[in-house]
Amino acid sequence: MKYVRFIFFLLLNSGLVFVLNSRSILPLPLGEFLSVQEGIWQNAESVNASYNEKIKIVGMEGKAEVYFDDRLVPHIFAEKENDAYFVQGYLHAKFRLWQMEFQTHAAAGRISEIVGDKGINFDKTQRRIGMVFAAENALGEMEKDPLSKAAIDAYTSGINQYISSLQTSQLPIEYKILGYQPEAWTNLKTALFTKQMTNNLAGYDRDFEFTNALKVLGEDNFRILYSDLADSLYPVIPKGTVYQAPAITLNAPETADSLYFKRKDTIQIAEEFKPNPSNGSNNWVLDGSKTKSGNPILSNDPHLGLTLPSIWYEIQIHTPEYNSYGVSFPGIPGVVIGFNDNIAFGFTNAGRDVKDYYQIQFKNDKRKEYWFDNEWKFASQRIEQIKVKNQPIVKDTVSYTIFGPVTYDKSFKTDLTESQSYALRWVAHDSSNILKMWLLLNRAQNYDDYKTAIGYFNVPGQNMIFASKTGDIALWQQASFPLRWKDQGLFVMPGTDSSYMWKGYIPSEENPHIVNPVEGYISSANQRAADSSYPYFIPGNYEVYRAITINRKLAAISNATISDMMALQNDNYNVFAEEARPILLQFVDKSALTKEEKKYLGMVETWNLINDPKEKGTVCFVAWWDSLHANVFNDDLNQSKVPLLKPEKFVLLEALEKNSAFKFVDNINTPIQETLTTQVTSALKKAAKHLAELEKEDKIEWAKFKNTTVYHLLKTNAMAFARTGLMNGGGHGIINASQHDHGPSWRMIVELTTPTKAYGIYPGGQDGNPGSKFYDSFVDKWTKGEYYALWVMNDNDIKDKRVKWKMTFSSN
Amino acid sequence: MKFIVSIFVTALLAFSMGLLLPWWSIAIAGLISGLSIPQKLIFSMLSSFIAIFLFWGFMAFFISLSNDHILARRISILVLKQDNPILLVLVTALIGGITGGISSLTGRSLILMFKKP
Repeated sequence: MKYVRFIFFLLLNSGLVFVLNSRSILPLPLGEFLSVQEGIWQNAESVNASYNEKIKIVGMEGKAEVYFDDRLVPHIFAEKENDAYFVQGYLHAKFRLWQMEFQTHAAAGRISEIVGDKGINFDKTQRRIGMVFAAENALGEMEKDPLSKAAIDAYTSGINQYISSLQTSQLPIEYKILGYQPEAWTNLKTALFTKQMTNNLAGYDRDFEFTNALKVLGEDNFRILYSDLADSLYPVIPKGTVYQAPAITLNAPETADSLYFKRKDTIQIAEEFKPNPSNGSNNWVLDGSKTKSGNPILSNDPHLGLTLPSIWYEIQIHTPEYNSYGVSFPGIPGVVIGFNDNIAFGFTNAGRDVKDYYQIQFKNDKRKEYWFDNEWKFASQRIEQIKVKNQPIVKDTVSYTIFGPVTYDKSFKTDLTESQSYALRWVAHDSSNILKMWLLLNRAQNYDDYKTAIGYFNVPGQNMIFASKTGDIALWQQASFPLRWKDQGLFVMPGTDSSYMWKGYIPSEENPHIVNPVEGYISSANQRAADSSYPYFIPGNYEVYRAITINRKLAAISNATISDMMALQNDNYNVFAEEARPILLQFVDKSALTKEEKKYLGMVETWNLINDPKEKGTVCFVAWWDSLHANVFNDDLNQSKVPLLKPEKFVLLEALEKNSAFKFVDNINTPIQETLTTQVTSALKKAAKHLAELEKEDKIEWAKFKNTTVYHLLKTNAMAFARTGLMNGGGHGIINASQHDHGPSWRMIVELTTPTKAYGIYPGGQDGNPGSKFYDSFVDKWTKGEYYALWVMNDNDIKDKRVKWKMTFSSN
Repeated sequence: MKFIVSIFVTALLAFSMGLLLPWWSIAIAGLISGLSIPQKLIFSMLSSFIAIFLFWGFMAFFISLSNDHILARRISILVLKQDNPILLVLVTALIGGITGGISSLTGRSLILMFKKP
């Protein structure tokens, strides 16, 4: 009996410990997870925690001190420049390790290692667009250059110094939730990070959808629906600028008409994991003639997916060579958007198309030989080994052609036939050392230094804005932009013929630029850089409306101050609605409306055109216009099952402004001829139904409808770590570009006085640990449109009240 | 008295081993307590349960208190689907306590197996 009892307890006991230690029965190993000495409780940082620390490092060149202010912003003072990058790496790891590793795992197509088989498709896509190939090429170039090699080596050692000092109990909480351990950082991971940003900003591509649209809708309709040249375009380089004749002109290959413009088939590829086309930014700069102080003021707010931990980490780096302040990317050394004692710099996305697909004819399903210039050419093959959590490795063979990796073929997308394989030519694959641009910008003293620095940058194309204390302002749209014959690269190109290959890049001196303009200001907001008089073919994914509002305001402004710039960055005026509402109001047939529909019509009529948080008119207008857009285009786009894209908002608006009998207004599926009046009225009726539901759920106010949310990087799997329901205004096409989960990821304003006056904020916090009070400490202020004064600390400020903690790094 | 001492000893043992060993050292502490402290089976179980319950419960509570419950709120939403940091502390204490108590049963019942009635 006692024997049985013991066996029973023994089994119960071991069973219990097994269950509490395992992920296979409960989703979390609750024993380990809730252990007070090992589990999540160890991540609950005291709100009075001290960050004072003395760290001994073998191999530091000198000494370094880090002073943390009350927002946990580190002010690094290093005797040697490379030590500063070591310390930056250490701090990035200390506060953001999980995020850095997760993002670079994502870049490398290694998410399945963490999340299991649901990540395989993503991982394959990343590898097949050549992310690792691209990072290896970039790393080769970075390591050839002594300055960047030393910086990246020091940065990597700093990260690894932290990782090796890390105890299991101190692992970031995401490791404890997902059940894995960090690995050592490498220089390749830094290169991978730059490629992940490149993919976010220069990875959105429409070749397949455009190819289908051309075939299904015909060339005339294609040009109407997918033009990137809006009538209302306010280009970065002002209209009327005279461009010199291009140094290089290209003509389409002789076979283009038959092989390119009139291809026979559509392409059934629905690209997954496309980057958000809203990834963009605003930047502008005023010279002294427009400002109250007589000094330039530079403003920048990059629009990215809003995440916790934030993509940004605020930092000051003080070395004998320079003193820079701004935000950095956990993953690379240096300040990415910011200023130093002499200049300020910022970025917006150029949106130019630098990514083309070529159709490859393989000899057979081995995909080792392809037809090119009348002979079989060998393709190298890279066997990708995708590790999957709790499952066997998945192998994927990717062929590499003269263009680049074959992203789509029958082995990846089973809908494709053997003759449908598509290779990717992408500037991101070229070897280049973009890191060096930032290392040089951090120490740049004047326009010439800035100009030299940006020459190292090849992708993703950026509008690089600049101001100096000497009073210069400038913007270059910089990157390697392929030379194109007209319409080259809009559609999938034949990969059998070298005449369709890229023939080089637009000479960088001919890239759109503007230096000290008479107008006294420069701005960019992801619009087309130049109008049609620019002598090169520059297709891209461009925004129209933010640029209009910004230019209107900047043209009118005088004696500008920092607070004027703050108001402008938070401006919620809807210039699209200003143009679009009159059409809705003119064509709606009021006599056909019910009482409730008239109520929503009234809300649109009386709306002040401002996307403020409490506005109901915004929601009514957006619902109505979107419904009209669908009424006009869905019949045409749904006539074929192949993937097609919705036309941009400006396409419909400008077409209707010109001609209310726009041909797409008619619904091709009905025998009758719809008019704009029928469509606008029916759109309101459909919208009204939706609006009535929203009103019932109390979601008809703009901010409640939009529900601005800063997701944790694990998205809906970790809503407990997200911030939802932020009551802010703005939206797509608004200067305050806050959408549901996307928007101004850092707002910065720098006035180049002596000393520099700067303000900034991002919707996150310095510490990536959800158990820290610094995890989301900036979010509420960001939501309200407020800023922090950015404190550029000096050598003699060590005793300043703002210094809360001190960390020292030395070799003895 | 033996009961009280046994609680303290078990808790202290669990804490010390936890400095070096993974979380399941609380099971070892319970086991050792059961093996070495002569008590009735039920008291052995209760003393170890209380020892680990209090050890984990108090430690979790005070950690959470000095954290203003920032993390416990988030984890309680994640795991318990409700914003209740104190409940998370209780769940933590219970899981620890039950593990300790049952381990103690194993140890004590092994000893009792060889003991003549």
